[in-house]
Parts: sequence; C-alpha cells; structure tokens
Amino acid sequence: MYNSFKNVTGSLSRGSAGEINAGSMADIAFLLLIFFLVTTTMSTDLGILRKLPQMTTDPAPVTLHKRDIMEVWINRDNQLMVRGELLPLNQLRGKAKEFISNAENLANLPKKETIVLKGIGSVDVTSNHLISLQSDRGTSYNTYVAVQNELTAAYNELRDEFSNRNYRNSFNDLSKEKQDIVSEVYPMRISEAEPNLTGE
Amino acid sequence: MAGGRFKKKGKNKIQAISTASLPDIVFMLLFFFMVTTVMKQDDLKVSIHAPKATEVKKLENKSLVSYIYIGKPTQTRIYGDVTQIQLNDAFADPDQIREFIAAERETMDEADQSKMTVSLKVDGKTEMGIVTDVKQQLRRASALKINYSTLKGDPLGGR
Repeated sequence: MYNSFKNVTGSLSRGSAGEINAGSMADIAFLLLIFFLVTTTMSTDLGILRKLPQMTTDPAPVTLHKRDIMEVWINRDNQLMVRGELLPLNQLRGKAKEFISNAENLANLPKKETIVLKGIGSVDVTSNHLISLQSDRGTSYNTYVAVQNELTAAYNELRDEFSNRNYRNSFNDLSKEKQDIVSEVYPMRISEAEPNLTGE
Repeated sequence: MAGGRFKKKGKNKIQAISTASLPDIVFMLLFFFMVTTVMKQDDLKVSIHAPKATEVKKLENKSLVSYIYIGKPTQTRIYGDVTQIQLNDAFADPDQIREFIAAERETMDEADQSKMTVSLKVDGKTEMGIVTDVKQQLRRASALKINYSTLKGDPLGGR
C-alpha cells in the first residue's frame, strides 16, 4: 500500500510533512492531569443553613403567649438556660422535642391547632410555637453552633418520626410535596433574637 | 511429541499490552478533573478550626456563595492576635460588609441575586460578639440566607 503510494507521488513525498510523533502525548496529558489532581479541592462546603429576619426599623409588637415560647439563653460561660432553668447541652434536644410536639397536650407547652392535611387527615400541630435563641457577646461560637445543631436535630427527629409513621420512609427519602406536608406539621421556627445592646 | 510441546509454549508467550489507548484514558481523566476542579479563591489569613455539627446540609451552587472568614490571624507576629474579619483577601471592619455584599451581588446574574448565600466560616473559639455584629450587617445589607460552615461530627463528643 505504502509502496504504491510512493510510486505515484514519488517526487512530492520528500517535501510533504511527516507524521507528528504522538508518543509524548501521554506524557503531556499526564503532566496536566497531575496539575489538576493537585490543585483540585473536592470538599464541598457543609453547614447549618439559616435565614436571618428582615431588618425593620420598628419591630412589630410580639403577641405571643408565654406557653408558646421556649427561651434558650447562652451565657458567657457557655451555660444554657432554657425556660428559666439551667440545662446541660445534651438534654436540650429532648427538651426541644417535648416542647415542639407537646404530645400530651400540656397546658404549659405550646397550644395546639387542628389542621387538615392532604392524604393524612386532621392533625394537631403547635403552629405558633417559637424557639427564641439569645447568646451573650462572650459565648463561644462552638457552643452556639452546638445549640443550633441540637435544635435542628430536634426538628429533624420529629419530622423523621412523623414520616416513618405515615409514609414508612424517612424524611429525606420523601418527595418534595410530602416533605412540605411534614414541614407543615413541624414548621421550623427558631428566632435569633435581637442582640442585647446593653449587656456586654 | 516433544516438538509439539515446544510449539505450544511458543504460542502461549505473552504479548506486550498495547499502550495506544493510554493517552485516551489519561485525557478522559484529565477532562474529568478539569471540569470538576474549583480553583481556590481566597488566601486564608486567619486560622479557622470550624466547629462540628451533625445536622449539616451541602451548599448547592458554589457560584452563589460568598464567604466571610472570622478568626485569629495566622501570622500573629505581624497582625496581632485579635480576632479579625477577612473579606476577599484583606482584613476588614464590620462596616465594610455592606460594600462587600454589594460588590458580590454585582458579579451575579440578576435572577440569581435573591438566591445568594453567605457562608460564615468562623473559628470555633471565636466569641459570639463579632459574629453577631457581622450578622447585623448582613441583615442591613439584606443578605439573609446564611450558612454556619461546619465540619461533620458530633459536637457533644469532640470537644
């Protein structure tokens, strides 16, 4: 094949460009590959998502009942006071779950309202409850995040329990619509209260 | 009989594996890393040991996330050991956060501006005072979606 080609274009073959040697291609590609391997960072950012309240010049007067509010205060020594009592951090999750669900319909826990949900029927929920989180300027960020984490965990566990009972699936595996329904039963209501400007 | 055996041996001789497809494979890997790679944007000037948490979520779209770093300077001999806020590549005051947010908004599409998330990368030993100041400034700049950046782990056990 090659021979016959040479015969036809005999005089031209000397001047035509020869094939480029592609043997070093792999080396070049390897070099680039190693560069990207070294510079790449696979880690995605993880964290606790929150939404801050709008900045308003004159905040609307709060019309909440005492039973609907769970005050969580963290002092500068990283101690917790929940509804007027000193509480160790590892008991916060249970306390928050008790408060949010008010399973036994107690008078000192949030008032329950009956709502009708698609596909489930009527459910009693504590739609007006509020967890008010207040930290001191001297509180350590570690503690603050731990408290946020425990409160989030309380909601997540309640939602999971509800999902398992009604859909036989954990909350994260549900469809978007079903997740919205479950979120309606346990709406996340955490308020990061206005900073205390007087106290240091 | 013996000759036959020799012949068989010769047939079984392992041939060299063709490396002709090696560049293709390498290129494939190369393209994968080129597409997935995200160049590090900011040089950290503060040391950050993020707190741990279990109920974490992933931040979805990296182009919509702005970062604010809070911690003690890494080079304490030059910058002192007072907790500092770092925006982009420089230390800043809380007052400068509004400018920073406005500048970050400029770089985004108009449709995406409402989805902007601010990720707070804060050292665990920081006192909440400075974090509260930053949060107030963010509210004033109406950048309301925030993320407390954490590592995955149990906050109650690992301290």
